[in-house]
Amino acid sequence: MDIAEIQAYGYFGLTAFLVFVLYSYIYHLYSTDKKEGGHDYENYSNIALKDDIEDTPVSTISDDKEK
Amino acid sequence: MENRPLEYDYTVAKMFMFTTIVLGIVGMLVGVILAFQLAFPSVNTFLGSGLAEFTNFSRLRPLHTDAVIFGFTLSGIFATWYYVGQRVLKVSMAESGFLMFIGKLHFVLYVIGVAAVVVSLLAGVTTSKEYAEFEWPIDIAIVIVWVLFGMSIFGLIGIRREKALYISVWYYIATFLGVAMLYLFNNMEIPTMLAASPAGESGIGAWYHSVSMYAGTNDALVQWWYGHNAVAFGFTVPIVAMIYYFLPKESGQAIYSYKLSLLSFWGLMFVYLWAGGHHLLFSTVPDWMQTMGSIFSVVLILPSWGSAINMLLTMKGEWQQVAASPLIKFMVLGSTFYMFSTLEGPIQAIKSVNAIAHFTDWIVGHVHDGVLGWVGFMIMAALYHMAPRVFKREIYSKSLMATQFWIQTLGVVLYFTSMWIAGITQGMMWRAHDEFGNLAYSFIDTVTVLHPYYTIRGIGGLLYLIGFLMFAYNIYKTMTAGRKVEESELQNASPMGA
Ligand code: HEM
Repeated sequence: MDIAEIQAYGYFGLTAFLVFVLYSYIYHLYSTDKKEGGHDYENYSNIALKDDIEDTPVSTISDDKEK
Repeated sequence: MENRPLEYDYTVAKMFMFTTIVLGIVGMLVGVILAFQLAFPSVNTFLGSGLAEFTNFSRLRPLHTDAVIFGFTLSGIFATWYYVGQRVLKVSMAESGFLMFIGKLHFVLYVIGVAAVVVSLLAGVTTSKEYAEFEWPIDIAIVIVWVLFGMSIFGLIGIRREKALYISVWYYIATFLGVAMLYLFNNMEIPTMLAASPAGESGIGAWYHSVSMYAGTNDALVQWWYGHNAVAFGFTVPIVAMIYYFLPKESGQAIYSYKLSLLSFWGLMFVYLWAGGHHLLFSTVPDWMQTMGSIFSVVLILPSWGSAINMLLTMKGEWQQVAASPLIKFMVLGSTFYMFSTLEGPIQAIKSVNAIAHFTDWIVGHVHDGVLGWVGFMIMAALYHMAPRVFKREIYSKSLMATQFWIQTLGVVLYFTSMWIAGITQGMMWRAHDEFGNLAYSFIDTVTVLHPYYTIRGIGGLLYLIGFLMFAYNIYKTMTAGRKVEESELQNASPMGA
């Protein structure tokens, strides 16, 4: 196997790996969405829409810090 | 102190709004002068031949690029950070004397840094690396300014009430980290006073001069890894941060898909860093690196369009707002121009296209449809949205804003269309040859043909500058004469006077 061939396999492997990572991330986003222990991602838009200082945070950092 | 309710504190944001406008005017004015110098060489001595040293194209060009990038754009990034940061983290700078001090120090040192840059560039003191022209003492000052910016970001995050970091905050953090890494590596330089020549001389040159730590092709590679990513982390990432906050807020619409915003974020971060090689196609860098630069540039369309489409779809069902509000117009046209230049860039990065486009005005056209249509529009829109909130007054004039929008849009269109024609004409003429391989045209032939397009570009740029002055006037009047407004009017769409 010469260097070009190794590079070609390496290139293919890397591409496959990156595609895998990409789709895993998409899967992760959708599978944890709105689940117990996960996040309600779309609700995070409200961080911008309800951003007055008196508005209740979308997810509070901890109860004692919040007045 | 009496028992006042807690409010966001925009002191530092206001300071940076001021430099955004001032440095925007300076940078764009110099741009217009440059454009007319290219069309009419006599403009090089517009202050007389005695001052020609300071007014010629080559002295002013870095002043333009650095004033608009590190002056106008960076100030806009800082101004919006000190505004958006507090709001999405739901914490006021008034709650921390320390962060307030850091913010003000950040501003003061920034202004001193800008002054040093302007003076040194006018004096012709430069390292000759594009967008990294500053000599080492200024580089050190810039690093300090940047560290202060970082302290502000992470300090505010540290005392936040909102646990989840809004997507814009991710982009601001990426801006901070990305620029820090790029700037440090590209500006590794050795003061000449410490260097010794092969002949054994030491203490060469003035104390402020330096040479790059890298040589030859390596220097070029690091330089364009930096140069391209300066576009990424100066003109893209922080501007995306802005639009993800200001467009939803101004229109009252939730982001079309928050998940898509996260996916595009990681996509952009990963892909951008590999694309810089497209600046060095057909040069001495290894062939595979050039190919990689091209490929990553094409892949870059995906995450870029991911953000841009997400923004346009945020307006779904609410398109009447685009017609009704000039402020929304700026942002919607901004994201359209973002899509447009992130399609154009990858096309130019394809090797066979680049063979025609490289070194021509098409590149300059590409740069400016991005910076004028996307960066400039978005920063102005952000400041327009912020003005009523920080000054507690309604925007002085809606019709002035609408007029400005159309004048500037016309300016951008004239700019990039003229540069397209000029660039492609140039590229074709340079490579034209007869059957024996003799070049068909000499350089001056291209200059003659391009003259009308250079004039059109100058006019386009002038229109944009006029629009920017209208913007400055509108903000000034808002600050001083706008009708006072109540908090309740500031929920979404910004209040505007006729
Ligand atoms: C009034 C508006 C403007 C005008 C008339 C203008 C004009 C020019 C001119 C004449 C050049 C030199 C082109 C050459 O060397 O052939 C230039 C370069 C450049 N300008 Fe502007 N400019 C304007 C606004 C801006 C803004 C707002 C930005 C960024 C926020 C910007 C970023 C740049 C950059 C990065 C370059 C270097 C391009 C390269 O090296 O390929 N310009 N501009």
